[in-house]
Amino acid sequence: MEKLDYEVIVIGVSTGGMKALGEIIPELPLDFPSPIAIVQHLHPCSDDFLVTDLNERSKLTVKQADEKEKLKQGFVYFAPSNYHLLIENDKTFSLSVNDLVNFARPAIDVLFETAAEAFKEKTLGIVLTGANHDGSQGAKKIKEYGGLVIVQDPESAEADIMPRAAIEAAKVDFVLDLDKIVDFLLKKI
Amino acid sequence: MSKIENENIEVELLLETIFQKYGYDFRYYSRASIKRRIKHRLALTKLNTISEMLGQVLYDVKFFETLLLDFSVNVTEMFRDPFFFKILRKEVIPVLRTYPFLKIWHAGCATGEEVYSLAIILKEEGLYDKTQIYATDFNEVILHKAKQGIIPLDQIKQYTLNYQKAGGKESFANYYTAKYDSALIDQSLKKGIVFSDHNLATDGVFGEMNLILCRNVMIYFQKELQNRAIGLFKDSMCNLGFLCLGTKESLMFSEYENDFEPVVKKAKIFRRIK
Repeated sequence: MEKLDYEVIVIGVSTGGMKALGEIIPELPLDFPSPIAIVQHLHPCSDDFLVTDLNERSKLTVKQADEKEKLKQGFVYFAPSNYHLLIENDKTFSLSVNDLVNFARPAIDVLFETAAEAFKEKTLGIVLTGANHDGSQGAKKIKEYGGLVIVQDPESAEADIMPRAAIEAAKVDFVLDLDKIVDFLLKKI
Repeated sequence: MSKIENENIEVELLLETIFQKYGYDFRYYSRASIKRRIKHRLALTKLNTISEMLGQVLYDVKFFETLLLDFSVNVTEMFRDPFFFKILRKEVIPVLRTYPFLKIWHAGCATGEEVYSLAIILKEEGLYDKTQIYATDFNEVILHKAKQGIIPLDQIKQYTLNYQKAGGKESFANYYTAKYDSALIDQSLKKGIVFSDHNLATDGVFGEMNLILCRNVMIYFQKELQNRAIGLFKDSMCNLGFLCLGTKESLMFSEYENDFEPVVKKAKIFRRIK
């Protein structure tokens, strides 16, 4: 596949996330160039059903991120439930059990902000459906450091609060439906 | 991108300053998390840059102490990961029962919720009276809180649920007294616990333990410091001693990987075999 200009793709999603991710991740080919890291808000005690299910339906390998794990092509990483997921400057993951951010752990802002610091303009952030404001500060940070931000069209999102909050907080680059987000990732648009 | 580069230099200098001036060594902590905490504190001050904070840290002890609290992870709960405590009870307690006297080290105990959880299990299993527990943390303010054993009342519901899932044998209400908006932990749980100051980054070996718990502490360490801590644990335990880590922590890729064997992989319970 032709190389995207982004070394990492970070995705934040909450209410309705399973369905939205199910329309994006399985569409990506095995040679999809960028590693993907995802924060999905879940109940702290939830098991890894989402991860195993998505892995079975995808060509890419979907897994929970381990601490100190290096981000690699061909992988989709999920924040483990009840841990914040961070990206270090040496392009490895770290985890934390620090305070909730935006009432959430994992928090989208934490992943987005640390991704922006580590990958700077090579960061692509995607904010999907959700019923809270998490991700908006992170989207702002990605833009501040020269990266690109795509937001799911609030009109077509299952919950529109999170996409709207991101659009309000940051100068986002594109507002797209899910199928158009897939087209973008596959470089069809 | 000079802003990020400048900040990274400033963080480096700040951590070096803290080490030289106060002896606390955060230089080998994972950077992303510590930088977030520094910037969070910066946003709450009237200062503009981390460099300006550096001056404040040098000349204002009170400010340093605030920052030290920011650096301490004090998010914890009673019977966090109930399945871990359930497995501990099932797999480790029967072995501990065979020793005449027990020494347990809880490293990085924060505000003490997990130490008291452990004390409850030992009590219910009839081992408490022959056990000495050492609960350590690097932050004295936090240790003081741990010693008090006061938990917010709004947590009780969650803790009760955790306790039950962890295989608790009594009513959780037996272990606290509610007063106003807090609950005081059963004072008899304290008598076998010594709370003391110990820093995994700078302090040494601790004694011959049968069981060491250090959960969700090493996720904040860089590889070298993780190795130091695991080496410290190894040297602080008797042969076949148990080591319990957080659910997302492992000994894989550490220098000491082969010195331990997993007892229950999923619960991150290991045993020293060398």
